[in-house]
Formats: sequence, structure tokens, C-alpha cells
Amino acid sequence: MIPELGTFSTILALCLALILSVVPMVGAYTGNKLWVDYARPLAKGVFFFLTLAMALLAYSFQTDDFSVVYVAQSSNTNLPWYYKFSAIWGGHEGSLLLWVWIQAFWTLAVAIKSKNLPLDIVGRVLAVMGMITVAFLLFILFTSSPFERFLPNAPMEGADLNPLLQDFGLIVHPPALYMGYVGLSVAFSFAIAALLSGRLDAAWARWSRPWTNVAWAFLTLGIALGSWWAYYELGWGGWWFWDPVENASLMPWLVATALIHSLAVTEKRGVFKSWTVLLAISAFCLSLLGTFLVRSGVLTSVHAFATDPERGVFILGMLIFVIGGSLLLYAIRAGSVKSESSFALSSRESLLLVNNILFTVACAMVLIGTLYPLVMDALNLGKISVGPPYFNALFVPLMSLMVVFLGIAAFSRWKETPVSLLSSKLWLPGVLSVVAALATHWLYSGSIEFWVLLALLLSYWIVFTWGREYLTRLRIRKDWLANMTRQSRSYYGMLLGHLGVAVMIVGIAMVTVFVEHRDARMAPGDQLEFRGYTFIFDGARKVQGPNYVSDMARVRVLKDGQPFREMFPEKRKYTARSMVMTQVALDPGFTRDLYIAMGEELENGAWAMRLQFKPFVRWIWLGALLMTAGGLLAASDPRYRKQDKREAAERGSYA
Amino acid sequence: MKLTLLPLLLCLLSFPLWASFETYEFSTTHNEMRYFHLSKELRCPTCQNQNISDSDAPLAADLRRELHRMIESGYDDDAILDFMVSRFGDFVHYRPRVAPETYLLWYGPFVLLFVGFGAVLMVARNRRLRAAAVQDAQVTDTAEESAGVTPLTPQERERLENLLRQDKNL
Repeated sequence: MIPELGTFSTILALCLALILSVVPMVGAYTGNKLWVDYARPLAKGVFFFLTLAMALLAYSFQTDDFSVVYVAQSSNTNLPWYYKFSAIWGGHEGSLLLWVWIQAFWTLAVAIKSKNLPLDIVGRVLAVMGMITVAFLLFILFTSSPFERFLPNAPMEGADLNPLLQDFGLIVHPPALYMGYVGLSVAFSFAIAALLSGRLDAAWARWSRPWTNVAWAFLTLGIALGSWWAYYELGWGGWWFWDPVENASLMPWLVATALIHSLAVTEKRGVFKSWTVLLAISAFCLSLLGTFLVRSGVLTSVHAFATDPERGVFILGMLIFVIGGSLLLYAIRAGSVKSESSFALSSRESLLLVNNILFTVACAMVLIGTLYPLVMDALNLGKISVGPPYFNALFVPLMSLMVVFLGIAAFSRWKETPVSLLSSKLWLPGVLSVVAALATHWLYSGSIEFWVLLALLLSYWIVFTWGREYLTRLRIRKDWLANMTRQSRSYYGMLLGHLGVAVMIVGIAMVTVFVEHRDARMAPGDQLEFRGYTFIFDGARKVQGPNYVSDMARVRVLKDGQPFREMFPEKRKYTARSMVMTQVALDPGFTRDLYIAMGEELENGAWAMRLQFKPFVRWIWLGALLMTAGGLLAASDPRYRKQDKREAAERGSYA
Repeated sequence: MKLTLLPLLLCLLSFPLWASFETYEFSTTHNEMRYFHLSKELRCPTCQNQNISDSDAPLAADLRRELHRMIESGYDDDAILDFMVSRFGDFVHYRPRVAPETYLLWYGPFVLLFVGFGAVLMVARNRRLRAAAVQDAQVTDTAEESAGVTPLTPQERERLENLLRQDKNL
């Protein structure tokens, strides 16, 4: 009964979403206020019924209702309750439901938070979001319903959640990532609404900005969580594999990063409007493309849980419709857009355009690299592999160039910046970066490594240029504290984001170059020493977990000869699926991680062990967290709401 | 349907679940570094998308043994990669070779970058020329109406000042 109610609830949501995508849109065109007013209640209705559907699915999981195919595939009576909860998005059907629920959530958020927007724009935006909801709900109901049943013979026991997914990472990574992916649909809907209404102006950019910032922040967080999860869960100690699925999330991120910068120019200066709209459309289309690549099984990937080619056809159709439709609309409408101001080659506008070029080229590079083997294969040109060596070789120079411009941009001004001003402000940070980079490198390690030196140079470049710019702002008046609090939240958000880039660069270079590892056969009592740490293997014993049995090793760690820590890596065998998994032992630290993974059991109680020393690896995710915080802080700037209110008031008084 | 579906699903989840590795001895640390480097550049031919260092497939283990043997017998990196490619095809190497069919892959992004920077130059120049042209027109025609601009009324001017003041800190 409960699963049928779930299906029913999903169908009701579909009906409401259908009305949502038609009635307010028609109302906006015919000027019928009553019809447009339907948009907000309908958005709430869709969200209500999808929340109900999620709750019913959660109930089926918690009550071990294995007559539901999806529950039987990805749960088990022995699974702890919190994994029974996160198992909702552990497979294809449920993750789509999560996707569309988040879509409904964003639609609701726009409906509630758009009090100050012109009604016809609200109607159009919500209608476009309704259309996206309709497409995904059709996909769920026709090809991948999580409420399908095994009837009349239901299994007694479920197949269990993939052990890899029985982890805190699964609880947080997909929702955060989807918040980002789907959040881009808000920017997309605003862009489409602006194209439809023909009102592509600075106001449009200001409405989109906070939404885009929040979506971007969640996308950043989601990708970082995925990276962190892969790091400790897969047992290899890698944090980025250039896997197609990772690329699928990186591409929208790159374009969204270009978009948040481009929106700034469009809002402040009224230029690049059609380019910004194109970015908004591309960002969301790329997240759809990512879904298609991941869910259709077109790409072989280590992440490809439960893929199905037939579903791919549906997503492909949707993709062609969305991309084709929005680009057609763009082609018709964008030509009539006029820029409102001019700018010189040496100006903040140009530098932000360079940022956009570099990010879109990087995205194109990732896209080419990801799809190239597919195209080669389809054209019978042979099977090739495009992997980390290719992506690193092209991505690193592009991003390094980006950071160089990022520093220059700190002192650029709108419209025109004299080159003499730039050079007078930049030489000191430049010299300081070189000195500081050399000194830091020399202090950390005697030998000079090119990549580390470059990374330190770029990081210091960001810190010193933006630091100097910040100091200049603090010196405007005598009172430093007042100067500090006078700066807007969007400004601090930007500083935080850029600081995050600097921190992340250090982490990436340090862990890549100075990682040290030992693969060793260790018998009880054996010890191994490197990087000032001594690892003593005390042997392994059997441990019984809730739904697994494990060999748990004990490794005592001495630091400079003094007892420091005990670490317990495990090798777990999950009973329901008889799958073996490595549970690594980690000793996280600000400047280094100790990382122990167990390999095979050898003779006489000896084990193959992989011990790793990973310097500054935490800085990668710390950088991403700073960027996330920056994005959220910028979005929370009260000026967006204040200006909207002012405009609304003015509109009211003119009407 | 029924339970027959479950084993099938298990097969679909052919995910590598543990890092597998041997404990090879190397004559020099340089050789050891080469081993780690090359084992990350070679793709396991039977896996979904993994290098031979991370894979636990039997074939990956064979390739690791072969790689270790070749390094210790004194082959250089190119010879080892050539050997692997001749045996398993281009598929085995994560760094595609530069050949006519991969020109687009290797050089495409640089062409895009070049075009992009060209576009920045063009856009900035055009904007400036257009701005200059508009200014000229305004100067020679003397009348602002000809450019479709009407002068601000005192009230509008006051509103503009207010707006500018408010925007100053942003």
C-alpha cells in the first residue's frame, strides 16, 4: 500500500508540475495576473507531493519492505538505520527521485524568495523550472520508478547496499552535489525567462547572482566531498582520478565558475549579456549531460553503479530537447541585446573575460578528453584511453595562467585601468611571491621541485596581490575597524573564494610531489620507518561487525621514537554480498596525513601493507571549503534584497 | 523477476573493492619511482577505468610483474611503453600518443585558447571604437536628441546622485 501511495504521490506531483509549466507561462504572455499567481501555490504543491514520495520511500526502507524492488536491491535487514536512510539515493531510481525532489526544493525556494521580482518574471522562471521537473518526473515514472514491486513473491532478504556506499560520504556527497547540479537550473530558468520576456538587463543579472552563487557553492562542496570520500574509502589514497564521472561534475563547475564572474560584469557594467546567458544555459546543459553520461552507461567508469542503456535514450532525448530548444531561443533573441557601456583592453571587464575564456577552454578540454575515446571508437579509429597524464598536462597550464590573471585583476578597475597603475601595484607582490616561494620551499625540503615552486609562487601571488588590495581598502580612512566592517559581504566572499584557490593549489602540489609510500610485507613485530614515523605491526585479529566480519590490524606509530598513536586498518568482508573491502586507517593532520591500507593476507600472520605519508592533503578540501563559504557569504549579501525591495517599491509607486 | 534479478545486479557492480599490491624489491630508488610512475600511466585492459597500480584484476597483477621485470632488466620507459602498446594496443596507455587522429585532442584546446584571446582583443577594440564613434557623433551633432538621449530633469538627477551614493560601497 505504502509504495503505491508513493507512486500516486509522484503522479500528483507530475500533474501539478504540468500545470505549473503551462498556466503561469501563458499568463505571463497574455498579461493575466490571476494565471501567473498560480505559480507559487503550484510550486508548493509539487514540493509537498515529492516530499511525501520521499518520505514514503524512506518508510519502505526503514520497515525493510523487500517487496519493493529498489529496497530489495539496495538494503538489508542488518543495515544500520542511517544507511537505510541514505540508501534512498544509493541507486539509480532513488537518486533520480532525490534529484527531482531537490529540483522541487529550488523551485519552492524561488517561489518564496522572489517577493520583490516582477510577477511576469516569477511566472516564467517557475514555469521553466516546472518543465524541467516534468521531464524528470516522466523519466522516473516511465523508466525508473523506485516504487516498483516484486509481487506476489517478495524476497525475504535484501541484497544489501553496496559496501562502498555504506559510509558517511554517501549520506552527504550526493545531496550536496545535486543541490549544486540542480541549483544551476535556477540560473538557467532565469536566463530562459529573460530571453522569453526580452528583458535581458542588469536587473536580470542581479536576480540570478545570489542563486548562482549558492548553486556554485554547493557544487564546489559536493565535488570536494566526493573527492574526500574517494580518498579514504577506495583505499588508494588518490583524491582525483579524472574519471568520466568526476569530469561530468567538473565541467558544470568550470562553466558555473565562469558564470559567477561573468554575472558580476553584466550586473555592474551591463556588458557581456548574451555571453552570460549562454554560460547560464551551458552550465545547466552540462549538468544534464553529466547525468546522461553517468546514467546511460555510455562511459565506462569506476563509478558506474547500475547503468542502463535504455534509460540513456530517454535522457538523450531530453538533452537534445533542452539544449536544442534553449540554444534556438538564444539564437533568436540574443542578437537584439545591446551593450550598455564600453571598456578598454586594460580593464576589469577584459580581465574577467579572460577568466571566462580560460574556464570555458578548460571545460572544453575536459569535454574533449572525456568524449574522445567514445568518438574514436564510434568512427572505428581504434580504442584509446585518455587519462590523468593528458588531463594534467593541459589542465595545469590553463589554471596556472588563470591564477596569474587572478592576481593582476586585484588592482584592475572597471572601464579602463592604466597599465602603469597595474605595474606600480603589482611589482611588490610579484617580488615577494618569488622570495616567499623560494624560502618556503627551501624550509620544507632541501631539493627544489619545479611544480611545488610554481604552486607556491602562484599561491603567494594570490595572497599578496589580494592582500595588498585589501590593505589599500583598510587605509581609506583612519579607523581600521570601521573600514573592515564597511566592506560588503560579497567582497569578503570573493576574498575567501580566492584564498581557497591559493590553499587548494598548495595542497595539490605538495601531496602530488612529496607523497611517500611503502608497500611492505609485515609480519607481527615488524617495523618500518620513514618521514620520522616508525610503524610497528602488532598483527591482525578477527572482528565481527553488524553486517560484516573483518580482519583488523593494529599498527603502533612512534614519532621520533616516542609513542604517538595506534592505528587500526581493516579488511572487511560484507556477508550479504560477500564483497571484500579495505577500510583504511587515517591519522589526519593539518600538514600531513598518515594513511594505512591492508592488502592481501600472506603466510604466518603476515600481511601486505601500504603505508603512506601524504603532506598537506587536507589543504585541498580546506580550499574547497573556503570557496564554498565564500560563495555562500557573497550570496547572503543584503544588498541583493535591499535593491530588489527598492525597485519593487519604485515599481509600485509608478504603477 | 524475483530473486533471479539479484545475482545479475551483483555482476553489474563490478567495482574494485580493495587496493591490491605486491611488495616488489627494487635495486635502486630511481627504479622504484619509475615503477610507481609507469604503473599509474598504464591502464588495466580488463577493468572499467583503472590503472594497473590500483586494480586488483589478475591481468593487472601480471602487468605489474612484467613491468617490474622489465624495469629491473634495464629497459627504458619508452621501450616498456612500446612493448605494452604493441601487446595490448593504444588502449593500455593513459597518455594517448600524438598522431593525426589525436591532433584535435592535443591541440584543439590550444586552438580554442588562441581563438578566445583573439576574441578578447577584438571585443575590447570594437567596444572602444564604437564608444569613440558615439562620442564623435554627440560632439558634431551637438544635439543629444539625435542620439536618442534626453537630458535629465532635476528630479532624475537627484535620484541618480542618491543611487550613486548608495552604490559607492558595493
